[in-house]
This record gives sequence, C-alpha cells and structure tokens, in this order.
Amino acid sequence: MKPLAVTAHTLVSALGQGRAATLAALQLGRSGLQRIDFETAALGTWLGLVDGLDELDWPAGLAAFDCRNNRLAERGLRSDGFADAVQRACARFGAGRVGVFLGTSTSGILQTELAYRRRDPATGALPADLHYAQTHNTYSVARYVRQRLGLQGPAAVVSTACSSSAKVYGQAARLIEIGLIDAAVVGGVDSLCLTTLYGFSALELVSDDICRPWDAGRRGLSIGEAAAFALLERDAAAPQAWLLGCGESSDGHHMSSPHPEGAGAAMAMRQALAQAGLAAEDVGYVNLHGTGTPGNDTAEARAVQAVFGGHTPCSSTKGHTGHTLGAAGGVEASIAMLALQHALAPAGLNVQQLDPALDVNYLLHNQAGPLRAVASNSFGFGGSNCCLVFGAAA
Amino acid sequence: MTATLNLGVLGVAVLGPGLADWDSAAPLLREPARWQRQPTVVPAPALLPATERRRAGLVVKASVAVADAACRAAGLAPAGLATVFTSSTGDPANCHAMCEALATAERLVSPTRFTNSVHNVAAGYWHIATQSVAASTSLGAFDASFAVGLLEAAVQCVHAAAPVLLVACDVPYPEPLHGVRALPDTLALALVLVPQGGRGITVALAGDAAPTRCTHDGLEALRTQIPAARALPLLQALAGDAVAHVVIEGLDGQALAVQVDAA
Repeated sequence: MKPLAVTAHTLVSALGQGRAATLAALQLGRSGLQRIDFETAALGTWLGLVDGLDELDWPAGLAAFDCRNNRLAERGLRSDGFADAVQRACARFGAGRVGVFLGTSTSGILQTELAYRRRDPATGALPADLHYAQTHNTYSVARYVRQRLGLQGPAAVVSTACSSSAKVYGQAARLIEIGLIDAAVVGGVDSLCLTTLYGFSALELVSDDICRPWDAGRRGLSIGEAAAFALLERDAAAPQAWLLGCGESSDGHHMSSPHPEGAGAAMAMRQALAQAGLAAEDVGYVNLHGTGTPGNDTAEARAVQAVFGGHTPCSSTKGHTGHTLGAAGGVEASIAMLALQHALAPAGLNVQQLDPALDVNYLLHNQAGPLRAVASNSFGFGGSNCCLVFGAAA
Repeated sequence: MTATLNLGVLGVAVLGPGLADWDSAAPLLREPARWQRQPTVVPAPALLPATERRRAGLVVKASVAVADAACRAAGLAPAGLATVFTSSTGDPANCHAMCEALATAERLVSPTRFTNSVHNVAAGYWHIATQSVAASTSLGAFDASFAVGLLEAAVQCVHAAAPVLLVACDVPYPEPLHGVRALPDTLALALVLVPQGGRGITVALAGDAAPTRCTHDGLEALRTQIPAARALPLLQALAGDAVAHVVIEGLDGQALAVQVDAA
C-alpha cells in the first residue's frame, strides 16, 4: 500500500490521559492495573480502570449519548489536541471527506445492563431513560464521535472483538486510497462492563493475579478500558508516523481459542509486511497481542517465531494497560507510534520467569534506539487477526 | 477526486418475511403484488458442524444460510472469499439472556453465551464452517448497516481486485429490548461481489439523495422496519433484467447510489 500519514494520535487508558502520561509510564515500567472492584462486580481481579469519567463535564446537547463508553471517547477527543487536529483536517478537506471508523466490542452496553435492574415490575419494560441507539448499540460510539466532531463522511463501527480497532486502520486506508475520502478518524473505545468482566471469568480466561504476558506461570488476562484515536490524512506535510501495512486474516478454527500454531496470525503479519514492502528484519519492535492467557501467548509466539524468527525485540503492553478488548488495537497502534517517535521499545511488565517455550526476543528491559518500522498484533474471538505496520516519520 | 466503484454481482441470496430464498423471491420482487408477508423461517444450517449448530443463534443461522446460498449461486468456493458481515446488532436473544443473567444476584453467565455475544459471531461461525482463512470484517451502523456494509464490500472488491462475500442480517430483540429497538422480523441477504463479470453495478456516494422507495406498500414497510431490508430496492433491481438506478438509505449525508446494468 502507499504509505499513509498519521497526523495525530492520542490515547487514554489506565496509564493516564494522553501521550505524555503513557510514554512516562512506559519509560518507568509502571503498570496502570489495580486490584479493584468495578460497579457492583467484586471479582477480586486486577483491572485497568480509567479514573474520573463520572466527573467529566458532558457536552451540552448530547445528553442522550451520556454513558461510560462515550465519556471515555470524549476524554480521548480532548487529549493531545485531537479534536482540534480533526477540525483542521475538516477545514482542509471538507466535513464530507473525513470518515470515522472506530472499533469497539461492547460499546455502551453497561447502560442496558444497569437498566435491566430497573425494569418495570408490572410490565418488565426497560426504563424510559435508556437511550439504546446512542449508548448500547454497537454503532453508538462512532455516531457520537461523528456528531461531536461535526463530520459527514462515511462512518462505521468495526466489531470483531479484540482486533476491532486495528482493522479500522485498514478500512480507512482503503477508502482514502480509492479516493472516496481524504482523511479519517480511526481508533477504538471500549469501557468496562459486566458482560466482559463476568464473561471472561466464565471462560476462565481472567487471572486472579495481575496479568503476566509471556510468564511461565501466566494464568490469564486482566481486563482494561481505553480510548485511542488517530487521524489519517492524504498528502500530509508533517506526519507523526506512516501507516505502511495492515494485514488481515481469519483462523477459521474456533470461536474463542486461537489456532494452536498461530497460522492465521502469521498470515496477517506476512501480509502486513508485504503491504509495507518490508522484510521481517526491517521491523525493530513488535507490540504483541500478548494477553497473558496460556493458549494465546503460546500460539502468538509460534506465529511471531515463524515470521520474524527469534531476534526481533517484542513485548506485550497489556501488563501496563490491561486488555482493553475492542480498543486494544488502537491503544497498541498508538504505543507502537510512540515507540517510533521516542526510539523506545518498551519492556513487558510483570514477568517473574520468562516462559522458555515462547521462543522470541521478549523484552524484559526497555530498549532505547532508533526504530525504522514497528508492528502491532491484534487478535480476537471468532478467529479475527490483524497486524499493523508503522514506519518512522523522518 | 470522486470515485465510483465498478464491479459485478455474481451471486445473490435472501431470506426474509415471505422471501424463502432467491429463486422464489426474485419473481415476487419483480411482481410484488404476488408477495405475501409471512414470518421468516430460518432453516437449520446444514453447513455448520454439529457442535456449532447446537450453539448457533438465529443471526448465525440466517447469515450462514444466505452466505452459503450466495456462494452456490456464484459458483465460488467459500474458503477463497474475503467476507464483510454487517448487522445493527449481534445475536439479540443472546444479548437479552446475558443482560438478564447479569441482573440477578448470582450473575451466572455461560461461557458459550459470552462467546456468542461478540458482534462478529456470524463471521466466526462462517469461517469455521468453511475453514476459510480469508480476511473478514464485521460492521455495525444502526439503520445504515446495509449501506455501510455494501460500501465496504465494494471498496474491498475493487481495491483488491478480488471477490468479496457481503452478508447483511438483522434479527429482532425479544422483550424488553424489543421495546427500545423494535424490529418486526429477521431479514438476511448475501451478495457475492466480483471485480469483473457478473451483473454489472456501479456504486457511488450520493450525499443527501432521497432513498429509493419500494413501490409496493408492504415491501416499503419492510424496507423501513429492518436495517438489512434497506437493500430491498437493490434486490428488486437485481431481480429484474433492466437497467436500474437505486439510492440506498445510509448514514446522514451518506446515501449510496447504485446503478444496476441490464442483465
């Protein structure tokens, strides 16, 4: 593919608001995970919670959209001047030429979960203050962002579980390349809710300990929440980074377990490299999907080994942020770009004993040095795989 | 730079109220006076392995049925096709059962229910059933889900110069969610899009253009009631032989114009 400029990007996670807070946490090797309850869910697990969302002043005229997921989106739009950057793109190209493509897995379903506790005792009806279309519906977060930013271009939510907000980069790039739009807001937003907290527990994929990707004793993931946004623009003068490739594949194997050899994952990585016109050795850092479940990390290690061999530095940053599910692809795209911009390949956290069976160069210490290109893996339920490759701006 | 997308439709399938399959639906779509609205009957999906068949909800069954039928009509092996699934929501009955369980003190959620709660549930089952490792995306855009899915599938088809399977499916919620999002019935359709050959179509963004209505009152009601049924004017055009121009309702300011060439 033709390199596509990323002219702005930002993220909000348990590490804090914006790029500086995120970079500082990466540099210090600080995790944002805490052993904490969410709402009435006292599961005793570690969570990557974003503080202060309830206190955010909510934009007038958008009351129906008010929910945790859109509040998280709003926090993201206010970070690193992102909304202003979008306005500049809008002025440059026109609102109808700027698209919105966002990933989420559960959008604002928390609103409906809470509403089910307040059903009318006589009729069973949901309370009248539940705004389904603006909060619970899968599309609601893209609808909110499109309306909030006054954009009129094509829009969609991609919801392919935990690969969602990586795949939006590919979708936007295709529309720009083919000439239907000139710029796009991409990224993802996923917020804590009972569906995922209890659902992943039911599948026995949540660790009772802090998540320890790549550790020999890893016992599962820690759930987090996040918003991440990037602005892609045609013919930009001063990009933050270049999107060079977006590889996508399916496992066709199982709904909730990866292909044991990571065959689909490897295919996505190879396709991303081919689009980027890069050889595996050109990539200086791979941000792994690295959820910390025994099966996921094993399959991904095999795939990375098959494509990159055992030398390319790689790590999972889910020990920092938790697994932010539908936002993970966007969060880790942003972290990958921070790695390029600040010449920092971040170490994975919470490793007590590296799993010797995972035969890749997993970073236990931050590694400084210029990076030319980086890759970011995102895989989801349903066997959905995506790999993004970014190149340095200069 | 304004792009129009030139491609072809090689296979069509539909499953909806009074529309059992494409072969029986096409004559009814040409002469809607003969169409009678009957509740959608979703067949048991022969394509799914026994375990998946047991676990599959209605959105999976209906999506797999039309996807399979469209591939057969196109004469293309499913395993080679990139897929675009689009739906206003995922599996609604599953969502209701999850929300109900989460509102109890025990909060007992079944692992299968949670697995089936992902929006890409139909895509996942389809790729497992067909052992397809091709790329797949699952989109949602509320009432505009069909237009958004068609645009993405057409873009992929032209961009990669490769066939794409588009599957649109919407299934009603049970109460109480039905009270806040009322879909009267299930409607699913699938199109196999090809870069060359097939019935020629041209897809373009159409701004604020008014959507084409169905001239038949009953079909027009259906069109406005189910997101996937926004495709009905296009299906009517594909059922006929003549050149046709239809505008498909999309997001605000994002209607989609489709020219269908003569058969």
